[in-house]
Amino acid sequence: MRDQDRLPTSPGFWRSPLRGPWFTSVLGLVLLVGITVLFVTGLVSYAAYNPGLSRVNDTTPDKGLLGFYLFAWPTGPVWLYRLTQGVHVTLGITLIPVLLAKLWSVVPKLFALPPARSVAHALERISLLLLVGGGLFEFTTGVLNIQLDYIFPGSFYPLHFYGAWVFFAAFLAHAALKTPTALRAVRGRLRDRPGEGAAPEPDTLTSPRPDPPTVSRRGALGLVGGGSLLLFLTTVGQSLGGPFRRTALLAPHGTADPNGGPNGFQINKTAAYAGITAADTHEDAWRLVVTGRTGTVRLSRAQLLELPLYSASLPIACVEGWSTADQWWRGVRLRDLAALVGYEGDPPDVLVESLQRHGAFRRAALRANQVADPRSLLALYVNGEELSPDHGHPARVIVPAAPGVLNTKWVARLSFGAL
Amino acid sequence: MIPRRMRVPLGSPFQLLLLGCSFALAAYAGVRLLAGDWFGVALWIVGAALLHDLVLVPLYAAADRAVTHGLTTVGRRAWTLYVRVPAALSALLLLVWFPLISGRVAERYRLATGLSPDGFLTRWLLITAVLFGGCAVLLAWRVRRAAKHRPSALH
Repeated sequence: MRDQDRLPTSPGFWRSPLRGPWFTSVLGLVLLVGITVLFVTGLVSYAAYNPGLSRVNDTTPDKGLLGFYLFAWPTGPVWLYRLTQGVHVTLGITLIPVLLAKLWSVVPKLFALPPARSVAHALERISLLLLVGGGLFEFTTGVLNIQLDYIFPGSFYPLHFYGAWVFFAAFLAHAALKTPTALRAVRGRLRDRPGEGAAPEPDTLTSPRPDPPTVSRRGALGLVGGGSLLLFLTTVGQSLGGPFRRTALLAPHGTADPNGGPNGFQINKTAAYAGITAADTHEDAWRLVVTGRTGTVRLSRAQLLELPLYSASLPIACVEGWSTADQWWRGVRLRDLAALVGYEGDPPDVLVESLQRHGAFRRAALRANQVADPRSLLALYVNGEELSPDHGHPARVIVPAAPGVLNTKWVARLSFGAL
Repeated sequence: MIPRRMRVPLGSPFQLLLLGCSFALAAYAGVRLLAGDWFGVALWIVGAALLHDLVLVPLYAAADRAVTHGLTTVGRRAWTLYVRVPAALSALLLLVWFPLISGRVAERYRLATGLSPDGFLTRWLLITAVLFGGCAVLLAWRVRRAAKHRPSALH
């Protein structure tokens, strides 16, 4: 080995025959599309919480201009949030091998000398720290959060949301600077033939003295794609539900449903985890308090059952990416409860409060369009049976297309028009 | 006057403008990102980049090189892929699902979801076994086929 090649700052230190503009460009273009979809579905998920409606729904109240795009979240199609958030999480996991391979393919550039050829180049390298650090931060916080491993420094929502904007700012600049080069590299060199295609900047990726190959560049891409496919196939079942759940061998809500029977579908937080006891929800103790224009009404579960009951087939879809197939809910329409307290025909926004004493979403606000939807229920039954404690007995909210945490369980109070 | 060799060129104005816009947006979000535990968040972002580039990459590159080198010295360089592919896929699954596979969130997971946290390690080991086993079978089959089709020059 030549002496100067002992240091990673020397191009000769890097021996893999795989590295080169073509390999990096293919991975880069996959990430260009994939990360754009991740960013958009992430923003959509934030909008789905209706953060503009009430402080209780907003985990990032100081967002300022970053909330410029917010809109009233619709109530249909009922699988809307299942789809957008399932795509967000499943695609994110699927892209991990591509991200790792991309970072591996450009690692010689980290050590390349001189550190900066110009002021613009120096700034670009600082931007790359935000790109790489920010990207790894986003993927890591997401992967940890869906596994309930809350070791990141703060609440998940603001970290993942603001982190996404920092990352995406660097991503946009990187994409604008590199996409033309990447497209040229892929078009100009469709085969693994080094030396073809004009390089507009010095090629610091291709090794000047490569080891003999053990695999072709296409073979290496195959391994990356195989890794993505393996992750996809062992994850996607938790978002498809039904018989596919069993195929999600390593995903947090894969393989099995809790218990069996009508209440045997996925649970975000059990009654025990939320600190709900049988004494809280007992027939004698529990009363639903409904407030509105004409005052306050208190209803026992028996009185609720005397109101007209309606059915709706709706899924549960979690921000963690998993979801259930449609469940058959039965209960009192939210708009009928609004009518009880003076909102006949003009249901307003509502603040829903749970018996839960702690937890970020023990209170949730629903917009007027959600209250007005005839499928929005205060559910008392699911799949023909009383709600189980883990699914929110004695009563829970279920709203079409809303994120899971807005479907408040163990409901204690509905305040119409109080936002 | 600045000596000639100390003068740093400015670079493309388009690039400067673009990076300026990018930094402005990153700073706008960044002050909000750092509003809480600023040190912890900065440590995570910078640490993630350093940990990846200076620890993870050298580690797996060294492991890969050790396998290739070991197989080359016994004259079986062509077998590298049959070790690399299952090892890389298995390590990838472990990396992504480490909290569940290691059982470090087992209690919270059981309490929150009502599901058993026990199967993850077993399933990961089974997938790993299938990956290595599958590659071993494939290699054995190819070695046998190559032996059959080899011209019998030794006889």
